[in-house]
Amino acid sequence: MTASLTLVLLMAVLFGAGIAVMLERSLTRVLIGFLLVGNAVNILMYLMSGAPGLAPILGEGVDEGEISDPLPQAFVLTAIVINLGITAFMLALIYRSWWLAQLGAKGDLVDDEAELAEDAEEAADLIRSSAADDEAIQSIIDASDEEFDEVVAGIDEEELEREASARDHDDEVVTGHDGSRYGAGAPTRPPEDDDEGSRR
Amino acid sequence: MTATLVPLVVLLPLLGAAVALILGRRRRAQMAVGVAVLAAVTVIAAVLLVQVDATGPAVVYIGAWDAPWGITLVVDRLAAIMLVISAIMLLVVLVYSVGQGIADQHRETPVSIFHPTYLILAAGVFNAFIAGDLFNLYVGFEILLGASYVLLTLGGTGERIRSGVTYIITSLVSSLFFLSAIALIYGATGTANIAQLSVRLAELPQDVQLILHLLLLIAFGIKAAVFPLSFWLPDSYPTAPAPVTAVFAGLLTKVGVYAIIRTETVLFPENDLSTLLIVIGGLTMLIGILGALTQADIKRLLSFTLVSHIGYMIFGIGLSSVIGLTATIYYVVHHITVQTALFLTTGLIERFGGATSINRLAGLLKASPLLAILFFIPAMNLGGIPPFSGFLGKVGLFVAGAQGAGAATGADAAGTPSWLIWVVIAAGAATSLITLYALTRFWNMAFWRRRDELEGYESVLLGSVLEAPEGATVTATRTTPVLMVVATATLVVVTVCLTVFAGPLFEYAGRAAEGLSDPSIYVSIVFPGGTR
Repeated sequence: MTASLTLVLLMAVLFGAGIAVMLERSLTRVLIGFLLVGNAVNILMYLMSGAPGLAPILGEGVDEGEISDPLPQAFVLTAIVINLGITAFMLALIYRSWWLAQLGAKGDLVDDEAELAEDAEEAADLIRSSAADDEAIQSIIDASDEEFDEVVAGIDEEELEREASARDHDDEVVTGHDGSRYGAGAPTRPPEDDDEGSRR
Repeated sequence: MTATLVPLVVLLPLLGAAVALILGRRRRAQMAVGVAVLAAVTVIAAVLLVQVDATGPAVVYIGAWDAPWGITLVVDRLAAIMLVISAIMLLVVLVYSVGQGIADQHRETPVSIFHPTYLILAAGVFNAFIAGDLFNLYVGFEILLGASYVLLTLGGTGERIRSGVTYIITSLVSSLFFLSAIALIYGATGTANIAQLSVRLAELPQDVQLILHLLLLIAFGIKAAVFPLSFWLPDSYPTAPAPVTAVFAGLLTKVGVYAIIRTETVLFPENDLSTLLIVIGGLTMLIGILGALTQADIKRLLSFTLVSHIGYMIFGIGLSSVIGLTATIYYVVHHITVQTALFLTTGLIERFGGATSINRLAGLLKASPLLAILFFIPAMNLGGIPPFSGFLGKVGLFVAGAQGAGAATGADAAGTPSWLIWVVIAAGAATSLITLYALTRFWNMAFWRRRDELEGYESVLLGSVLEAPEGATVTATRTTPVLMVVATATLVVVTVCLTVFAGPLFEYAGRAAEGLSDPSIYVSIVFPGGTR
């Protein structure tokens, strides 16, 4: 059996790096390690399909010795799909454990009704802020209409200024809202400590 | 006729899961789908069992691609009995969880995803049992593992996430081992078909065989929770909801044991690791049960006995004789039902008494005699008290061990030394006694102890919500749903039936073991015309 040396080296590097990262305590790094090792295993499996560079198709005038084995490629595809599913689940798990770490014991007690109420509040805030938006835009349009009639040089700058101030105003509304939602009960932590929940 | 039924045991649960997912919030319809599907699979599995026993194994070549190329599904006697017992168990536990779900619409058991996930778990378990292809076995494992990740972290509370992470990472590592083993085996032999591997692996040099063999054993050993690889189990199982723990404890580890049986009998019958298996079996028994001794919480205690009793099965496999395998198959069937019944009863105790720790339970015998009976029978059964199947299974294993030891003292000096087998038999007897001690301790404290001996307990058990100290004890006043009790009682009756019908069952197990005694039997099932 012939195999590509590059792939063998790549596989070795992926295995080594993956296992090293997997041994970390942080859940996110464990996931990255799992992905690396998973891909190393996939390459290992791919290596078993024989000499590289050949198509896995047996057609007319193609000798049986000139194709690569299609079965490992099918295995690898299946394994990739399974890994994808597990990765998605792990990401959800990591997010959940981060969320719990942020809220501490309170995280367990936030139930659906409270979340729904929070969502409703958020939606209401959004509508309010967009109403403010509309007003600001309307005033700009009105102002520009008047100024357009007068055709005075320099209106552009004035208009831009007003627009800018309106935009600032919007931003303030949004950040204020976000801050009130996340900033209140939860002490902010550096991102490295995100999956504290998994460490306990 | 028989063969057409085989794919249905995987297809029905998968389709059922899809339907249940579409039904979404209509919980009653979901429950109906789940129960109907599993009932259908139970019937199919029973039909398969009868047919396979009467007319020989059923083989299906998916898509009519012949054996080495297509996916092969094989139902021999071993697979058939595993299918039947696991289908019955999954059905009973589903009924139990339906009872629980109707009773309390608690946030920790969101039913809308529970039913589809549960059915997918069932499909994965069944697929693993009938896989005739190493890669298909891997896919079966991944299906059941993926579903089990979701079930274990159901509700996403902090405790479950924490214990779920241990379980998930361990399982991922085991899957990586398994997949690497498949890749290397494919590289060495050019096939993943188990029957063909049986022929081709035997042609490899012994040291290559040893590496591949060990890789597979490590992968399956993690799943079966065999001693050095069992640390994860007691930490991760107890936090899940009672029905989920029951299924995991009863089934998932046995899927690993089943895979080990296949590895030892079909894939590597020549490459002898039986001494290693016997030693590991003995260690698993002792170390597991010593862990159980120190536990106050019944769920953790049962998790440790689970690990410990896996040791018996590994010991039986390690003996690698027909009678050893017979006893192992009987023991697997016994252990699936008994362990599940105990975990279901624990769920009832938790509901009724409001706690699972012996420090917070007392007077249950007087308060609920039925619950006491439901706990007592499987507990004595697991401890190996004579009339029950636990006793029969252990005696079967010890007899097999004694025969193995007798053979070892004879001309065949290459096998396991006979003193080692005697030591492990002694360890098995000790384990049985210690199991009895651990369970009796719980019985004495929770059931026999008078309620007034436990300070402040009155309010926990029967007091009204108003009297109860805030928060913790609301569960105690909930009524226990009839459906949960009925499901548990059914399973306890099944465990008793294992004793009543022990004769036919042992004979069947004997025929199943006979079919495993020579790998060429399995090969001739898949390749009626011989391998190329």
